[in-house]
Amino acid sequence: MKSEDKKSKSVAKERLQFVLVQDRVKLTPEEMDAMRDELIEVLSKYIDVDSQKIEMDVKREDDMTALVANFPLKGSK
Amino acid sequence: MAGKTIVITSGKGGVGKTTSSANIGTALAMQGNRVCLIDADIGLRNLDVVMGLENRIVYDIVDVVENNCRLEQAMIRDKRYDGLYLLPAAQTRDKTSVTPFQMKELVGDLKEEMEMDYVIVDSPAGIEQGFKNAIAGADRAIIVTTPEISAVRDADRIIGLLEAEGLRDPEVIINRIRADMVDRGDMMGIEDMIEILAIDLIGIVPEDEGIVVSTNKGEPIALNDKAKAGEAYRNIARRIMGEDLPMMKLEKDNFITRFKKLVGLS
Repeated sequence: MKSEDKKSKSVAKERLQFVLVQDRVKLTPEEMDAMRDELIEVLSKYIDVDSQKIEMDVKREDDMTALVANFPLKGSK
Repeated sequence: MAGKTIVITSGKGGVGKTTSSANIGTALAMQGNRVCLIDADIGLRNLDVVMGLENRIVYDIVDVVENNCRLEQAMIRDKRYDGLYLLPAAQTRDKTSVTPFQMKELVGDLKEEMEMDYVIVDSPAGIEQGFKNAIAGADRAIIVTTPEISAVRDADRIIGLLEAEGLRDPEVIINRIRADMVDRGDMMGIEDMIEILAIDLIGIVPEDEGIVVSTNKGEPIALNDKAKAGEAYRNIARRIMGEDLPMMKLEKDNFITRFKKLVGLS
């Protein structure tokens, strides 16, 4: 799907999730990127991480806020 | 049973805090409750005009905390419901004129001496002193948001601040939603916002031109039994009282529904 085909609702949701990650962990975009890069570096020592597909989200659950990160492995489905 | 104090807040301005406060208060009074609305937006008072009570103000909240008058002298009785009162904000003072401690005492007096079932506090926008005062005496918080990134972002920030102040489990009203825009993918839907904010929904209020008309007249839309937004607020009041009501189905504003309205089918 081309970006102009994307409904503005999905764009809003993605942008919102992005700013909320920063708001909730109180990190700047630069700090978030640095954390992400360092995490990749550490994990890559042990496993083959597909750095293109990493997802990081900060979710609010019942009694806590959690950083939920998804690091798919290369070649895995 | 002791009364409950509910703060209506949002972070962002212009999302419908004052309209929601006026309508929730009115709808609770319609159910037979004794209700006092407090306008905590000192310096920018507006709950009085939305309620249509602006001509009756003699004293305000700052007069009460500074002992220029007794609490009951500042409470304005609503035109329509005997059990409904408004404690107006001061217009010529600022947010520092009341402290969180004074606010706590004030809502305590309203619940105990004035025997209110519900005290509804209309919070100012922002997260500074005025917000801190508004939440000081609250037992429960309702956050108003609209389906816009900026409003939802601010709502998220408010949820964090409320929890830090010990006000757990706030609930959200999603205001000004338009089913037609959600359906064509141009507005975030209820589920999207609830998933992101991870809090309980206490009501959805559809976008309704009637809100402008009712504000023009100073008659809360909850009094209008034909308006969808009025029904939405009456449902919210019943949920506040503990009823388990299903969420309103959003009506699409298309040719068919307009035609049905015209011929009196809905």
